[in-house]
Amino acid sequence: MALTDLTALQALAELRSGTISSEELTRAYLDRIDRLDQGLVQAYVTVTPELALEQARAADARRRAGEDAPLLGLPMALKDLVLTRGIRTTCSSKMLEQFVPIEDATITKKLYAAGAVLLGKTNMDEFAMGSSTENSAFFPTRNPWGDLSRVPGGSSGGSAAAVAAKLAPFSIGSDTGGSIRQPASLCGVVGMKPTYGRVSRYGLIAFASSLDQLGPLTVDVADCALIAEVIAGHDPLDSTSLDAPVPNYLEALTGDLKGVRLGVPKEYFVAGMEPGVEASIQAAIDTLRGLGAEIGEVSLPHSDYGLAAYYIIAPAECSANLARYDGVKYGYSAPDAENMWDGYYKTRGRGFGEEVKRRIMLGTYALSSGYYDAFYVKAQKIRTLIKQDFDRAFERFDAIIAPTSPTVAFEIGAKTDDPLAMYLNDVCTIPVNLAGLPGISVPCGLSDGLPVGLQVIGKALGESTLLRVAHAFEQARGGPIARPDLAASA
Amino acid sequence: MAISREQVEHVAHLARLGLSDDEINRLQQQLSQILGHMQMIDRLDTSAIPPTAQVIPLSSVMREDEPRTSRPVEEILQNAPRREGPFFKVPPVLE
Repeated sequence: MALTDLTALQALAELRSGTISSEELTRAYLDRIDRLDQGLVQAYVTVTPELALEQARAADARRRAGEDAPLLGLPMALKDLVLTRGIRTTCSSKMLEQFVPIEDATITKKLYAAGAVLLGKTNMDEFAMGSSTENSAFFPTRNPWGDLSRVPGGSSGGSAAAVAAKLAPFSIGSDTGGSIRQPASLCGVVGMKPTYGRVSRYGLIAFASSLDQLGPLTVDVADCALIAEVIAGHDPLDSTSLDAPVPNYLEALTGDLKGVRLGVPKEYFVAGMEPGVEASIQAAIDTLRGLGAEIGEVSLPHSDYGLAAYYIIAPAECSANLARYDGVKYGYSAPDAENMWDGYYKTRGRGFGEEVKRRIMLGTYALSSGYYDAFYVKAQKIRTLIKQDFDRAFERFDAIIAPTSPTVAFEIGAKTDDPLAMYLNDVCTIPVNLAGLPGISVPCGLSDGLPVGLQVIGKALGESTLLRVAHAFEQARGGPIARPDLAASA
Repeated sequence: MAISREQVEHVAHLARLGLSDDEINRLQQQLSQILGHMQMIDRLDTSAIPPTAQVIPLSSVMREDEPRTSRPVEEILQNAPRREGPFFKVPPVLE
């Protein structure tokens, strides 16, 4: 077994017992990245080998001195919208191609404090807008499954592909409408979007502030519980972060689901869902029933409206957040600006890619005089209805189970000419963000040789229940899904 | 739903986005299609429903108003595209 085959918890056990050093483990990942990333998977925008080895040696020194920490010496990858002091943070945009943050995000600080070692920054759809990582201004990331011709999902496609290709034992992504869960599903790994406010957003480059949330992508559910506990918690620098105690998530993984009530929303079995996906989800439901869970049908009647409401609210917030890119304080700046106004048009027209411009246009339109009530306010009212649907469902159920994505990974280029078809990828994940709830995607099988993800949705701050359900399911299914062998591609 | 070329140009102006003729043409067609789809929200009567202001039960978060050290000017200017001494340099605002 290679070091890069280990889960995070397995690697930490080896580090603690002294059978391997962090430097050995880190080198194993850096070597694999060297062989399999550029020109093949392309999960990383920036690899940080010198920093990684320096951090690894520091972790080894701490261990020799008798110290321990939750992730001491464990390598990781961060989505390239998480600020890292002194390391270029691009958002996969020309706008921030040369941007070097002067401080770390809170999540970066927490992971460093826990002893994690940074391998690099992962590719994404520009400014986290997209569902395939094809909107990166630099290059697309390839799904390690199949023949490297498919998308990894998005927007955290680099983070998902890195874990699936064993180019990192875990990674961090962000999820505004499904951007952790959908790529996790398409790449056959575990991904969790915590409750809105559970993880500090300080130092996360903003897309849609009422929806954005950071979370882990991991090999299995136990790793997910481990990382979630490290990154959760109140932060005075993020006034929307929740001041609630962080549970020991690993303790929630009892393997027992007796009496747990799980609702299956009929509205999530949408038109256009692939039969192989539906079959895999139905089999997962049978497995959960076999574990003693009580399964019942539930209705979330306004789900159909979620996509439309989201694609008004998220672009509206994006148009406000991205107004800061003015070519003055940081980022790309048109060198030929004739005056201030001309500078804005040229800087923003050239610095942003096609999808980002489309979202800014949609959002500006929805907020503009004469359309604000019909689009923006109406969408926020629908958001209330969607939240009420969930509130009612959680009176009867402990969690909701559904597909994460209606399809498996699609071919690179298949949907790039049709923005609306691309938006439909997120139909099963979006309502969860609108309601601020936690959701996890756990692999539940293969369809045509490609991974399918089961989504578990919980009450606000119900991460322990999600992890418990996902873990029991994963164990009953026979452990995490085997990651693809890329030897043939190298 | 038909969005006119003038509307696209107006919204691009509001957003301070410089767009090429090709981009304006494409966006006119795409925005019409996308917003047309989004108009399905009109099917719901929401007259009695309050709009969501926030999804988590938080009231205004206050902190003590205490002086703190600011970041060094050199750090703040580190990513500035253009600077002059301790200032950001901008193109002419008034002609």
